[in-house]
Amino acid sequence: MSSTTDIIEIDSLDNEFQTLNLGPTHPATHGIFQNILTMNGERIHHSEQTVGYIHRAFEKLAERRPYNQITPITDRLNYCSSPINNLGWHMTVEKLIGCKVSKRVDYMRVIIMELARISDHLVCNAVIAVDCGALTGFTYMFQWREKIYDLFEAVCGARLTTNIGRIGGFERDFSEDFHKKLKAFLAEFPEKFQEFRDLTERNRIFMDRTINACPFSAERAMNYGFTGPNLRACGVDYDVRVMNPYSSYEDFTFDIPVGTQGDTFDRFMVRQHEILESLKIINQAYNNLPEGPYHADVPDFYLPPKDEVYNNMEALIYHFKIVMGETKVPVGEVYHSVEGGNGELGYYLVSDGGRTPYRLHFRRPCFIYYQAYPEMIKNCLLSDAVVTLSSLNVIAGELDA
Amino acid sequence: MTNQEILDHIRTKFTDDILSFDEPYGMLTIEIPPAKITSLLEFLRDSEELKMAFLTDLCGMHFPNQTDRELGMVYMVHSWTKNLKMRIKSFVSIKSPKVPTICNIYAAANWMERETFDFYGILFEGHPDLRRIMNVDEMDYFPQRKQYPLEDGTRTDKEDQYFGREGNYIQTFDQRADKQLNA
Repeated sequence: MSSTTDIIEIDSLDNEFQTLNLGPTHPATHGIFQNILTMNGERIHHSEQTVGYIHRAFEKLAERRPYNQITPITDRLNYCSSPINNLGWHMTVEKLIGCKVSKRVDYMRVIIMELARISDHLVCNAVIAVDCGALTGFTYMFQWREKIYDLFEAVCGARLTTNIGRIGGFERDFSEDFHKKLKAFLAEFPEKFQEFRDLTERNRIFMDRTINACPFSAERAMNYGFTGPNLRACGVDYDVRVMNPYSSYEDFTFDIPVGTQGDTFDRFMVRQHEILESLKIINQAYNNLPEGPYHADVPDFYLPPKDEVYNNMEALIYHFKIVMGETKVPVGEVYHSVEGGNGELGYYLVSDGGRTPYRLHFRRPCFIYYQAYPEMIKNCLLSDAVVTLSSLNVIAGELDA
Repeated sequence: MTNQEILDHIRTKFTDDILSFDEPYGMLTIEIPPAKITSLLEFLRDSEELKMAFLTDLCGMHFPNQTDRELGMVYMVHSWTKNLKMRIKSFVSIKSPKVPTICNIYAAANWMERETFDFYGILFEGHPDLRRIMNVDEMDYFPQRKQYPLEDGTRTDKEDQYFGREGNYIQTFDQRADKQLNA
């Protein structure tokens, strides 16, 4: 809709600038963060971001918690795709302690992580449509997010903040209920998703609204530390799943969708196609799900079954040691990254051999790319800035840690 | 390229500046003096052999027991064309924690440096806008430093020593008390 090329830099004193507060709580920001905009009419002349409204000091908290108790903290980073955060953290600890998990665990993790990615992208894309005034798709796609949450519930008992899995694998194997629900999901979702695609992707109104809305060059995106769908929309095919495969991602065939000019439409389309690719991965993983144990043999970290704890001395000792955080951990530092819903989600963990991490740093993709927002929306229309904010998928939990 | 080859390549330009190196879990980690950070990152970015042109991460650390090098900076760079990663560390004294900014090389460093300043009080010289980012502006201490305990400082039931284990850094309440700032 807007074109940034024909706008002359505004520096004249004759203009009257207005200050507009977008946020901290505003229906268009989808989270608690503030944008102080200096407006020249409908155009944004300058903007300033205030973040930290829901800062919860996760990195400090983590320095006082044993490794297994940090998983619930990671839930609350990007709460639209908590399982990716949880499993990424488990993989980091496994890397530190040198624990090898079975192929079955890897494949189970891939299924869960890709489901989480679908739910993350579904919410993001449905919300972009809502910000363009199309509420219908959102109501339909939210039902399918609920179905994905039902799947998480069948695995771990929780829906939003999942705390899914354990260090070394899963707390239980996929249940009958999960198999039934997953089969139903894989059979029915593609058709419903196609309806959402029909509603939006070739919709003239939607296209006019999003094409050329705040484009961003690949070079600037790299300089600003973009990763994930937002980077790929600019045309760079960097994906952690392909470049540094973890959890057996090298076993699966899938494409990395990329955009061309990094505008809102490209970001939307990249996410749409990633949903399809994720479905492909889930189908491959589920159809080839190997037999084997659903957890690794790491008694120092993996809680023994409850009846063992009551009847077996050794199991009781391990249970006590894990719960009290008495487990021996190697000294060292490790960085592990996974492809989160928004990009490279990294965990930098420094262990001094104590019961808790000495230092834990989360590389949060949202926090890093959101600082490019002022540059993206400069000289754009306010309404374009709103859809751009949705298409960046800034999640306040991940932004503020 | 192996880590040794990367190291040799860096040594061609920075002969005496690599204070130490290590390979924890396979990732090359080197330590350099703070003054060399900008030139090293520019070298890594522009080098045809390495092309480490993406700043993955930047964060601070605090080691109260290392005299005169208490605060640490950690940079992680990644080469997408060659898939090489490395970590660069640099330590400064807590009395004068000054590190040159890398905002002019990577725009992404802006908020990451602000966050590090906010948590550890590391001063980035030349940073365009070095303000707190997560915490309130009125805060007069740097909360991620180790002398600030998370819970009640008199609580000892979670100390490593009571579990028959020595972490590298065992703190008692007396050690934790804010000695460094008062000194």
